[in-house]
Amino acid sequence: MERDVLYTPESIASLDYARDLGDPGEFPYTRGIHATGYRGKLWTMRQFAGFGTPEETNQRYRRLLAAGGTGLSVAFDLPTLMGRDPDHELSRGEVGKCGVNVTSLADMEALFDGIDLGAVTTSMTINSPAPMLLAMYLVVAEQRGTDWAKLSGTIQNDILKEFIAQKEFIYPPRPSMRLVTDVFAFCAAQVPRWNTISVSGYHIREAGATAAQELAFTLRNGIEYVDHAIDAGLDVDTFAPRISFFFNSHSDFFEEIAKFRAARRIWARVMRERFKAKSPRSWQLRFHAQTAGVSLTAQQPYNNVVRTALQALAAVLGGTQSLHTNALDEALALPTEAAATLALRTQQIIAHETGVVDVVDPLGGSYFLEKLTSGIEDEAMAYIDTIDRMGGMIPAIERGYPQKEIAESAYQSQRAVESKEQVIVGVNEFVSAQREEIGTLYIDEIAGERQLARLAETRRRRDRVRVDAAIERLQIGAKEEETNLMPLLIEAVRAHATVGEMCDGLREVWGEYVEDPII
Amino acid sequence: MSQKIRVVIAKPGLDGHDRGAKVIARALRDAGMEVIYTGLRQTPEQIVSAALQEDAAVIGLSILSGAHMHICPRVVELLREKRMNDVLVVVGGIIPDADVPKLNEIGIQGIFQPGTPMQEIVDFIAQNARSVSYLRGSRDA
Repeated sequence: MERDVLYTPESIASLDYARDLGDPGEFPYTRGIHATGYRGKLWTMRQFAGFGTPEETNQRYRRLLAAGGTGLSVAFDLPTLMGRDPDHELSRGEVGKCGVNVTSLADMEALFDGIDLGAVTTSMTINSPAPMLLAMYLVVAEQRGTDWAKLSGTIQNDILKEFIAQKEFIYPPRPSMRLVTDVFAFCAAQVPRWNTISVSGYHIREAGATAAQELAFTLRNGIEYVDHAIDAGLDVDTFAPRISFFFNSHSDFFEEIAKFRAARRIWARVMRERFKAKSPRSWQLRFHAQTAGVSLTAQQPYNNVVRTALQALAAVLGGTQSLHTNALDEALALPTEAAATLALRTQQIIAHETGVVDVVDPLGGSYFLEKLTSGIEDEAMAYIDTIDRMGGMIPAIERGYPQKEIAESAYQSQRAVESKEQVIVGVNEFVSAQREEIGTLYIDEIAGERQLARLAETRRRRDRVRVDAAIERLQIGAKEEETNLMPLLIEAVRAHATVGEMCDGLREVWGEYVEDPII
Repeated sequence: MSQKIRVVIAKPGLDGHDRGAKVIARALRDAGMEVIYTGLRQTPEQIVSAALQEDAAVIGLSILSGAHMHICPRVVELLREKRMNDVLVVVGGIIPDADVPKLNEIGIQGIFQPGTPMQEIVDFIAQNARSVSYLRGSRDA
């Protein structure tokens, strides 16, 4: 967005405090959803982690909690994310590489060994197979006697941004949306403290979107989920309070703060005016933020610590509920223990040393920031209107509209770097002749072999007849629109069915989505 | 005027992060090459067969998932099997330094890590396409 050199009271003359800002904790929540900001409660320091086997990742979780981390966040590997067992042809070389492999109940048990599920909050970044992984978490809790009503956490469960940006989809859009709303309905009744979706702009931004595009596509996806859940017969105030969001915190400092504030304002108005929600909790946009992975550079990796600290500060000044800070080595590999700890320390320094947590929305009222907040809101609303005119996000995705917009922005931003219109320190300016060597985490093939062995063991020990019957019931349920699939998945998990078997069962009924590649 | 260089850009493996693949595809096209983008989740067999059908001089692999040590050797092996020894293979993505010599050893010289300017990749392909001799010189040739 173009910037003036100076902003004055004139710049925000049309802004009405009560209508457009409101005190923190008051509609439209531009200044935050809590009256007391971080004095009441700091954000959750939630470091996304996962690699190799469940046992290796369990060790990392225990150390993160011991170092003062306040929530867990599971990074799954690609086979798990794509609903493929380790012995599938496409899983070769991928098991445990980008995250932890979880194939069956035994893996989920090992992942949370020694961690009290009633005491931690757990976020699981999983989309197409989200209902399957949630079912596993619920069964582990059940085995340990932890009441589901006590469980708190989030599953990402945001399939629309997969079609738009990250591309970890399995089924076509419409049955995929049904899985999402089945989770909404099931959790509203049985797991009341669980955040049933994390509508994510993070991946949209990483794929190349601008801040306004990230905001617009994410909130329009949120609208799509609410529409579908209402169409499925749910009352808006039963599920809307459990919808959470996930944004990127990028490098343009003030623009990011403005984006978070605009997000709250747009969502509050959409929920109250468009969907007639009555509960203030339905109006409040809660979000997790992660610093921008795409801004990390392989060159001069220590610079990434500074980038991440500034991005994290923007998220805090924007009022995030939860934060992940990236590690300095993540342009090269998954983070080492030391790099992951430094990333957590960065948050702790912001929280405890800088004093920024003492005042709610400390930048509220800044001529510049308020103008920027309104500007990004207008830009996002224009995109939202365009998608409304296309008939919603699914028709827009089928036409490739958000995909094309993002690809264009990605190309333009790379060109800006090449022309040095956008300076990246250490990449296109202030380049070092010497390469800085840092030690990185190297994930070998042993995790893959161990997971294959465990899968074979699971298949040998379980009751095959019970597994087949559970998958068959799941397939019958998938053909009936009215059946909620969550109880059927929970039964399959109890029978030790694997993620791949459950996903394949539904593939046979619904088919797979193939995207038309756009460049 | 020389014939346009034909490039197959492919995303092998399970990963769907296609920003890099798409940006490079556009940069190569803007540089005057003919680009065929395979789309996501292609097996080495599908990629090599696309290169054969398209009569491509270059295969560009975009891999961020860590599966490159499985995928790259397989692509090179298939090229040898099919006697497509003059096809240049380049790879971009998260490739740890430790794996660079291993990829060089199987004949892949164009390895582009994060932060590589698009122009460097365009120039590398322009200079090396159709002049690959490393596969011909190998013991299988």
